[in-house]
Amino acid sequence: MAEAGARLLVVDDNKVNRLLLIRALELQGHRAVGAENGRVALEMLEREPFDLMLLDITMPEMDGFQVLERLLGNPRLRDLPVIVTSAVEGLASVVRCIELGAEDYLHKPVNPVLLKARVGSSLEKKRLRDAQKELVRRFATPEVAQDLQQSGFALGGKHVRASVMFADIRGFTAMCESQPPDETIELLNTYYTLMFDAISGHRGVVNQMIGDGLMAVFGAPLPLPDAAASAVRAALDMTEMVELLSVERAAERKPPIRVGIGIATGDMVAGYTGTQQRATYTCVGNTVNVAARLEAHTKEAQRAILIDGQTLAALPPDVQVEVLGAVTLKGVSAPVDVFAVDCGQKL
Amino acid sequence: MMQDAIDLAVFRQLQDTAGADFVVELVDTFFEEAPGMLAELREARAAADGERFRRAAHSLKSNSMTFGATTLGKMARELELKGMDADRERDATAIAALDVAYADAAAALRELTRG
Repeated sequence: MAEAGARLLVVDDNKVNRLLLIRALELQGHRAVGAENGRVALEMLEREPFDLMLLDITMPEMDGFQVLERLLGNPRLRDLPVIVTSAVEGLASVVRCIELGAEDYLHKPVNPVLLKARVGSSLEKKRLRDAQKELVRRFATPEVAQDLQQSGFALGGKHVRASVMFADIRGFTAMCESQPPDETIELLNTYYTLMFDAISGHRGVVNQMIGDGLMAVFGAPLPLPDAAASAVRAALDMTEMVELLSVERAAERKPPIRVGIGIATGDMVAGYTGTQQRATYTCVGNTVNVAARLEAHTKEAQRAILIDGQTLAALPPDVQVEVLGAVTLKGVSAPVDVFAVDCGQKL
Repeated sequence: MMQDAIDLAVFRQLQDTAGADFVVELVDTFFEEAPGMLAELREARAAADGERFRRAAHSLKSNSMTFGATTLGKMARELELKGMDADRERDATAIAALDVAYADAAAALRELTRG
């Protein structure tokens, strides 16, 4: 039984109603605790997890409508199912509760059979939603998951200003050929773990992984005030981690690994692309192209981190860069001013 | 008169679904709370606070219906829906009638739970 042992919060200023509802829920196999008004209920919700809330409307200090409004504005609590229980008469209050996100409405005195049915169905719906959220969490980044939760899924994009990073392992193909396959996969897993840590540590989002290459976005889907600096900080952490990984590998008599990272900043189109069945969050546009080409150019330039002028312009003035001059990149019409970030420094 | 104060069908159903022992406790809670609700109704009337007046009548109605105290519930419901009267005296009379209805309901509930 999905709803067995669920934890419920009963919010009612009237003690008789509160005790009776708690009793009815306990007889149905749930654990229930009470709160005497909306303010107390919100405090309890902040402190401990609940599966479902039964909410009265007419209460002193903070009424049921205000509680529903607060829940809507709280990303952590907005999905908590709420069944409104009230003796307030007329359809208007029912409609208002449903509009404010209440799952269901039960008129007081609450009929125990109806209560059981409504509570069961609300908990089942919550279980399905939780399972769905868990799936999204596993296959999407937390930022994309949050964006999906808040705005829902829709193919199509919007203009954003963000920084894009491309990174890959230098000479990876040759490495694959010279070592056993399970060692390659193990190396990739270690590498990705380190890179994800560095990128998400600076609030970037990895949205593509292809072989040894990855693409990350800073400033989308959620805006980031210092996107360019975050991307460069992440890149510096990444090169440092790869350095450490190479030291470990040297102890095992394995060749060092090197990464190339390209970062570009500017306007791009961000959104979900694909089909209704299979879609991914991505960014497209000239900025993205420049970042990809900068990453490819690291080999030729013999530098680990290359950035464009717009990224440089958004960095703190004390960042050490080497001016490499204008470079004509493949697929980019105008020459791009390229700068190499000195990897030894801390931002 | 006391028998009329409580709708036995409602009360028996409450006992069946919540358990007779629990209903004894619940009735005790009602006895603790209800005088406060009546006092609140009076105070709200004295302070001419319409919202408080409605809320107190609403609580009393809601609990009365739970125990099958139909007469008391109906009277409280009238006050809730109508709200405070422009005429102070009319509310005073209504609240006094509510006191009597509560005393009847309480006596009947005491009898039903103490056997």
